[in-house]
Amino acid sequence: MADSVMINTTQEEVLVQELGYDDHFHEHHHGDKYQSNFITTYIFSQDHKVIAKQFLITGMFWAIIGAGMSIIFRLQLGFPEESLTWLKPLLGRWITVNDAGIGTLSQDFYYALVTMHGTILVFFVLTAGLSGTFSNLLIPLQLGARDMASPLLNMFAYWFFFLASVVMFASLFVSTGPFSGGWTAYPPLSALPQANAGSGTGMTLWLVSLTLFVISTLLGGINYITTVLNLRTKGMSMWRMPLTIWAFFVTAILGLLSFPVLVSAFLLLMLDRGLGTSFYLSEIYTAGQALDFAGGSPVLYQHLFWFLGHPEVYIIILPAMGIVSEVLAVHARKPIFGYKAMVFSILAIGFLSFIVWAHHMFLSGVNPFISNFFVIFTLIIAVPSAVKVFNWIATLYGGNVRFNAASLFAIGFVSMFISGGLTGIFLGNSTLDIQLTDTYFVVAHFHIVMGIAAFFGMFAGIYHWFPKMFGRFMNESLGRIHFWGTIIGAYAIFWPMHYIGIAGVPRRYYRFDVFDTFGHFAELNKFITIAAIIVFALQLLFVINFFYSIWRGKKQTMKNPWGASTLEWTTPIVPGHGNWPGKIPSVQRWPYDYGKGGREFIPQIEPESDEEKQMAH
Amino acid sequence: MTVLLITICVLLIGIILVQIGRVTELAEKIQGEEEMQIATNKRQGIISVAFMIVFLVGCVVSAFVYKNWMLGYGPHQAASAHGGRMDTMFNITLFFTGVVFVITQIILFYFAYKYRGRKDRKATFISHNNTLEVVWTAIPAVVMAFLVINGLDAWNEIMADVGPNEEIIEVEAMGYQFAWLLRYPGADGQLGTRNYKLTSGSNPVGQDWTDLKNIDDFHPDELVLPVNKKVRVRIISRDVLHDFDLPHFRVKMDAVPGMPTYFVFTPIKTTADYREELSKYKEYQAPDPDDPTKQLWQTFEYELACAELCGNGHFSMRRIVRIVSEVEYQAWLSQQKSYYVSNIRGKDEDPFKGKLFDFEKAQGLTVAPGADTTAVSKQDTIQSTDLEADTLRKDSIEQ
Repeated sequence: MADSVMINTTQEEVLVQELGYDDHFHEHHHGDKYQSNFITTYIFSQDHKVIAKQFLITGMFWAIIGAGMSIIFRLQLGFPEESLTWLKPLLGRWITVNDAGIGTLSQDFYYALVTMHGTILVFFVLTAGLSGTFSNLLIPLQLGARDMASPLLNMFAYWFFFLASVVMFASLFVSTGPFSGGWTAYPPLSALPQANAGSGTGMTLWLVSLTLFVISTLLGGINYITTVLNLRTKGMSMWRMPLTIWAFFVTAILGLLSFPVLVSAFLLLMLDRGLGTSFYLSEIYTAGQALDFAGGSPVLYQHLFWFLGHPEVYIIILPAMGIVSEVLAVHARKPIFGYKAMVFSILAIGFLSFIVWAHHMFLSGVNPFISNFFVIFTLIIAVPSAVKVFNWIATLYGGNVRFNAASLFAIGFVSMFISGGLTGIFLGNSTLDIQLTDTYFVVAHFHIVMGIAAFFGMFAGIYHWFPKMFGRFMNESLGRIHFWGTIIGAYAIFWPMHYIGIAGVPRRYYRFDVFDTFGHFAELNKFITIAAIIVFALQLLFVINFFYSIWRGKKQTMKNPWGASTLEWTTPIVPGHGNWPGKIPSVQRWPYDYGKGGREFIPQIEPESDEEKQMAH
Repeated sequence: MTVLLITICVLLIGIILVQIGRVTELAEKIQGEEEMQIATNKRQGIISVAFMIVFLVGCVVSAFVYKNWMLGYGPHQAASAHGGRMDTMFNITLFFTGVVFVITQIILFYFAYKYRGRKDRKATFISHNNTLEVVWTAIPAVVMAFLVINGLDAWNEIMADVGPNEEIIEVEAMGYQFAWLLRYPGADGQLGTRNYKLTSGSNPVGQDWTDLKNIDDFHPDELVLPVNKKVRVRIISRDVLHDFDLPHFRVKMDAVPGMPTYFVFTPIKTTADYREELSKYKEYQAPDPDDPTKQLWQTFEYELACAELCGNGHFSMRRIVRIVSEVEYQAWLSQQKSYYVSNIRGKDEDPFKGKLFDFEKAQGLTVAPGADTTAVSKQDTIQSTDLEADTLRKDSIEQ
């Protein structure tokens, strides 16, 4: 196999030179002024590959913090009687130690942890860290572009994200605590500092941070869309784009259409908080005082929030789906099954994601009649989702699957997506939602389907494209340990939550023993907490493997180590600015010619043979 | 000390794992990459199938272990009229999703194993199959249509408000940080008007005392309801969002400040009946840790909780719910004291201070509570009927 790949590589170089498109790129960039010193190369870089790494590493930083927070609140839930005094050096006055030396986590900080965990994971890790990393890395490389349409805006996109991160991080150290009203930030709780300590300065910083974050997402998104539409290389028609690009493209459109609505929701909330308007507030008596707000509706905020919030879950999962489609096809050595059906299902999911938002609000006081429409549209989403699952499974059928960390995580993704997707059928049905909403069943559902699954997609992508990013491989054995430990551990954490939720135990409880009904699951909660700690430790193993491999990993010796047909593997092992040293490759075929005509794979740059042309006619 | 030991263990495990990683890299060099990959494929394929078996067995076994907590199984039968239908629907959905879950998980991991990379074989080029794709688009669509029709039929029935002439009990539940305040309409069967601006320490709901419908409203500590009678709960909030959650009755609805919501349901099992059923199950035959003289089923109570994050005391908004027979309910009603009479009557905020109600006269009172005893006259006696027109006018203004 190694020999044939070597031959292909040289053939590929010839093909690029013969059929490629000469854009005179290198003639215009004498001395490469964009990358002349350390700062412009590694910090304020405009190169999409460096920006991708910046998104990835910032995302990893946040993932560790966000997951670490979940460990602290899981300790509270699993071991409510245990002393947390040992956390005092880290958490300071959020741990109160009584006379007997028993340290307890403050209720306010428990809720702050839960809130920050959600905010960080949803926005900073699974939006910026996932979509930011792979859209940046792969859109130019897989489309045959020198860089993004606007490298400058692309750089700004990262630095707005960085700024958002700094503000959010600062909010952790505010004396009244970070925001603690849930990641959805429903008013009036989020609007009234007198009702909730975290709704003071903590909430102000939260709003500022997320507004900066939205700017980042919009700058990035508009760049992705423009690049996909305008910078595809010669021959790269839309129907020849890899599914990764389709997914990133639709993701960017979703973000561009929905994030501004979130900002408008935030703006009105800021006005209510600062200027005494009553968009969301009405008839409130709190802290011994009747407030003057009149005529507003908290439900309005929920509509605006979920108009972003629901597309947001697809903004998280679509890139993972795209990555998994690509990784599965490459490592199964087979074309992705039903390419067109996969594209149409991405488009269908993207469209439907805009008309299902109120399924988060069945019992929020909206007219029950309205829910009828949202139930119908919500359950329709199950159809394109099911098509995708069946197509992934069919991709494995008849394949010659190469097992490695990347393909294992892709298979794991499908397993998670099935498990978590099916519980969505319960929750999307408003009748069942009466019992299940706001319980641990919901927690189990969305953690499996968009938390763990999206992480699996991200891991698959990191293991698969690590050589493209750093010219080295991550350690395979550690990768496989990471995979098996994580899939077992993740199911151990979230599967039992279904039972807890079906029994009616509400989410976001600081402890369960106030109610007889909810206090039956102490043992199960212990089990979940222990599993969570183990899974967290395994992620640290991944982080170690990641950084170790950047400098000490096995060196990449072949341009195309996985035998993939897409363009990113025709660049030099460590591509410089502009990605291809000479001409840009031109594209002759779709990206999934694996196992065709007895050949292991046919790169996209290879022209169709006469036989193939005849077959097509 | 334990912390130190744990740290050392974690470090050691870390070192071992890193060494494992190194060893495989070395082995790769010795054995050759391709041979290694083929061996890995086989090993990982087998692990995949093993995982799938353990996982599915774990799912089924754990479902059996926790069967008694599932909707419609074991002791946790719905205690409301609409709940049974929900539980049935839950189980229908569980059946369909369960079948799909088991089949897809099996073929996913089995295909991974079966089509693992081997030296002597090549992947088959299959790019699509239209028939197959139409089939697996149509089947989910049909199943979804079935679930949607069933679900919406139930939803519209459950969420329907009461008809104009239906005989119901209306009670009010007001969420505030951090408790539920319950208000019953009293003998007149009507809840008095409220205005949040009137809320104060002595008037927690902001009741308008000039509205005579408020005079007999009472605020009990427990939600007590008669069995088999339709209840409409008017759900309101005083400060932030809350959610009126009765898990045993399959009832949940947000409490929204400024916008009253409602939920209509009919309890069908008294607390005593429910306890009786629980007594048959082992997990309820253990002594109650709070009261070891009794078993868990004997101390069981229905509970009212909050299910929408409302601040740092969200987890503590507990109220006991008691479902009783009609006779017990009437007896309980007769013991309840009007909030107005016990807390407001005769105080400064009482608008009828110095005037005598006809029900007070009937009780033999001659001097109105809090009245200036020197200036009592016959004309100061109030009759509910006198003020009725006035109240009605006020209602229409507020609407």
